[in-house]
Amino acid sequence: MHKKLRGVVWTVTLPLLDIRNLTFTAGDQRILDRLGLTIDPGEIHALLGANGSGKTTLAYLLMGCDGYVPTTGTVMFNGADLLSLKTHERAKLGLTLAWQEPARFEGLTIREYLTLGRTSLDPEPALLQVGLDPDRYLNRRVDKALSGGERHRVELASVLSMKPTLAILDEPTAGIDMLSISHIINVIRVLKDHGGAVLLITHQEEVAAIADSASQLCNGRIIFSGDPAHVIEHFRGRTCVRCDGEVCGYVRT
Amino acid sequence: MSELDELARVLPMVGAEPTILADEQIAHVVGHGHRILSRRSVPGLQLDVEETPEALVGKMTIQAGVTIVQPIHMCFGLAHPTGSQRIQIDVFVEERATARVLSHCLFPVATAAEHRMQATIAVGPGASLTYTEGHYHGPHGGMLVLPHATVKIGKGARYFSDFSLLSGSVGNLDIDYLVEVEEDGIAELTAKIFAHRTDQIMLKEAVILRGERSRGLIKTRVVLEDEARAEITGITEAHARGARGHVDCMEVVQGRAHASAIPIVRVFHPEAKVTHEAAIGSVNKKELETLMARGLTPEQAIEMIVSGILR
Repeated sequence: MHKKLRGVVWTVTLPLLDIRNLTFTAGDQRILDRLGLTIDPGEIHALLGANGSGKTTLAYLLMGCDGYVPTTGTVMFNGADLLSLKTHERAKLGLTLAWQEPARFEGLTIREYLTLGRTSLDPEPALLQVGLDPDRYLNRRVDKALSGGERHRVELASVLSMKPTLAILDEPTAGIDMLSISHIINVIRVLKDHGGAVLLITHQEEVAAIADSASQLCNGRIIFSGDPAHVIEHFRGRTCVRCDGEVCGYVRT
Repeated sequence: MSELDELARVLPMVGAEPTILADEQIAHVVGHGHRILSRRSVPGLQLDVEETPEALVGKMTIQAGVTIVQPIHMCFGLAHPTGSQRIQIDVFVEERATARVLSHCLFPVATAAEHRMQATIAVGPGASLTYTEGHYHGPHGGMLVLPHATVKIGKGARYFSDFSLLSGSVGNLDIDYLVEVEEDGIAELTAKIFAHRTDQIMLKEAVILRGERSRGLIKTRVVLEDEARAEITGITEAHARGARGHVDCMEVVQGRAHASAIPIVRVFHPEAKVTHEAAIGSVNKKELETLMARGLTPEQAIEMIVSGILR
């Protein structure tokens, strides 16, 4: 966007994702509390937080999953009012989510899962990016026979195939062996190379370290933001400026 | 178009090509109502089919030690909106013989018709039979379909059956299979049914594990929409040491359809074991949301999930 102010043309970059004052309650429990967060186009933003801090709830809410409707707040995505859209409409805008515990599909092959009816799409590059051999995997089914780590990698390959504008990756390294974490980091970089942004939900400091920016979530609120090294240090330092560790367990040492 | 041509025309609806009827390497029998329209046998297979006013009466024997390489095709059906077809068939797979039978039941324009099959199947010691039955019905429903079979699996024999009804509306379907398995024998029964409109589905499959170390699996996948109804009963009994059985039933219900699943397991020996799982409900929400998060509409996502379940 270009604005003219006092005779000077200023270029203003609108955030890709602009979350303001977002509150979500379940019963009498406030899971997200007036949360605010912005992500720019092409930015990798790591979101760190203890278990139960609201990270996955935020992911579900952004994707429009059933039952995740905020009580207050706005979410703008690429200029569109995200909260007024259904899940598949959000995906059509370029938003997607890789689940922390991905679904299993009886009968569906990995080839079908990666292409989803787009016959012109070649699923092999995405599988190679996550370190899976297409010859061995394309005709396997996305069912219980895949290990947790394999299923996670297939989920990331599925996200890669979509070339999203913003990918929400919820704990993408869960169940992945240490040797394969480099594949996951590679996927995040490839997403960025495609011009996409990433909201990276993780506990893994080495994964968070590749982000451009980071935030720490505690009890439904962003309590600290900045460059990843500082946020990781803050997170690791077990300090919480908001609850002093009473709620999130990150006790000041 | 002749009745033979009409039935051959819809063979692709159950995954077969009409050219199989002209192939001299492939055994087949085509029955319309109570008339035989075409038949061919191959070495090692004895195929006797007789026309009677009440039924098609047949006997199929795969001779001992013989492996029939190409599947044996049995095409039965009606090319008219009304009519009746009754089939009585005895199948003998003799000791150490191996065969695959593809049974195609074709009723493309039926509106008020009946199809009954009463089969006895004996799979001899060390023999193997794979029996695949595919049904194609037009959109009208109105049929009464009653496939009933008793199957005996000999010592060390294998029997795999796969029933599918994935296209069209059947009307009333009442399947009743009883399978008895001797020592070291294996029986696996799979049924996949997509019911629409006012279809009524009754499916009863029983596997009786009589012999030591015998094994049985009943796997059922049923998807119901509109006002369809289904009652699925899977029975497994284990009577001997080391017998293992499992019943796995999944029913997906959409629209105003109703479904029930009745897994019955009975164990009569302390060293036998039978397990079961049954799930009835709408399409799995997480699967649905995952596909929608990749851009599929809810309708496209449901279609993809259902096609996987029924595969």
